[in-house]
Amino acid sequence: MDAAAAKLIGAGLATIALAGVGVGIGQIFGSFVSGALRNPAAAPKVFGNVLLGFALTEAVALYALVIAMLLLFVF
Amino acid sequence: MEHHNPLEQFAIQRIVPLHIGGIDVSITNSTVFMVLAIALITLFLTLSMRSGSLVPARWQSMAELSYEFIGNMIRENVGNEGRRYFPFIFSLFMFVLFCNLLGLIPYSFTVTSHIIVTFALAAVVFIGVTIIGFIRNGAGFLRLFVPSGVPVFLLPLIIVIEFLSYLTRPISLSVRLFANMMAGHTVLAVFGSFVVALGILAGWMPLAFIVAMIGLELIIAILQAYVFAILTCIYLNDAFHVHH
Repeated sequence: MDAAAAKLIGAGLATIALAGVGVGIGQIFGSFVSGALRNPAAAPKVFGNVLLGFALTEAVALYALVIAMLLLFVF
Repeated sequence: MEHHNPLEQFAIQRIVPLHIGGIDVSITNSTVFMVLAIALITLFLTLSMRSGSLVPARWQSMAELSYEFIGNMIRENVGNEGRRYFPFIFSLFMFVLFCNLLGLIPYSFTVTSHIIVTFALAAVVFIGVTIIGFIRNGAGFLRLFVPSGVPVFLLPLIIVIEFLSYLTRPISLSVRLFANMMAGHTVLAVFGSFVVALGILAGWMPLAFIVAMIGLELIIAILQAYVFAILTCIYLNDAFHVHH
């Protein structure tokens, strides 16, 4: 295979990580909403943790982006 | 139509070329924005606390709010011993926050979108935490890699994994901040080029998206500074309370 084509395919494959991140972010906010509906009084207390979890999960997506960028522009 | 590379905004330009002993120490746009961030932090904190009244006005309560925010974060995550490191974590938080926020101004430069900057910050945290851990616990700090309640036959594997995860901390800490900043600004630039390409007829659609995206970027800018500070606290906690 042509090296340039392999590079593009690899960068495209790196975006598969987004599937896991999508599940993760949905899970975080879904759990938060279902928890908040059961106990609305406790919701504001855990919202900071929700945002932290969101930021950590989102970072995983960005690692995939970094890999895609490395494949496209560095190699 | 003019073609703009969305990564062009991250280019470092020399403003005052300067070479000392064969080392390139030129003043670049990155330097300018770092100095600007530090100057703004200093101005913000000194000017707002100048009155020093018992009942704070708007600016003073903003300064006190940021102080309290980090103070509580350290108290909750590290405990009382961590208060000695308040100045470090507070400076770290404010620097990252102001660099992120300054980067949101159009045509400005985002210092934290360069991995070398964030890696330097993360490396300082990593090396500092390791040194503090060894000073406070001696060789006992190595217990960090031996979780309690693990079957003995699994230990060799677990220790290697724990050690590797400890070593990747500075990488994950720096890549998280850098990638968030770089990705956000690249997306903004890409959608900005869509506005130009689509013209007046349909250009409002990506423009509306950019407006929403700027809002998200504002949250991300603050959130990433928070995440950077809280992870520093969590790592520092490991140095104080080794029992895993």
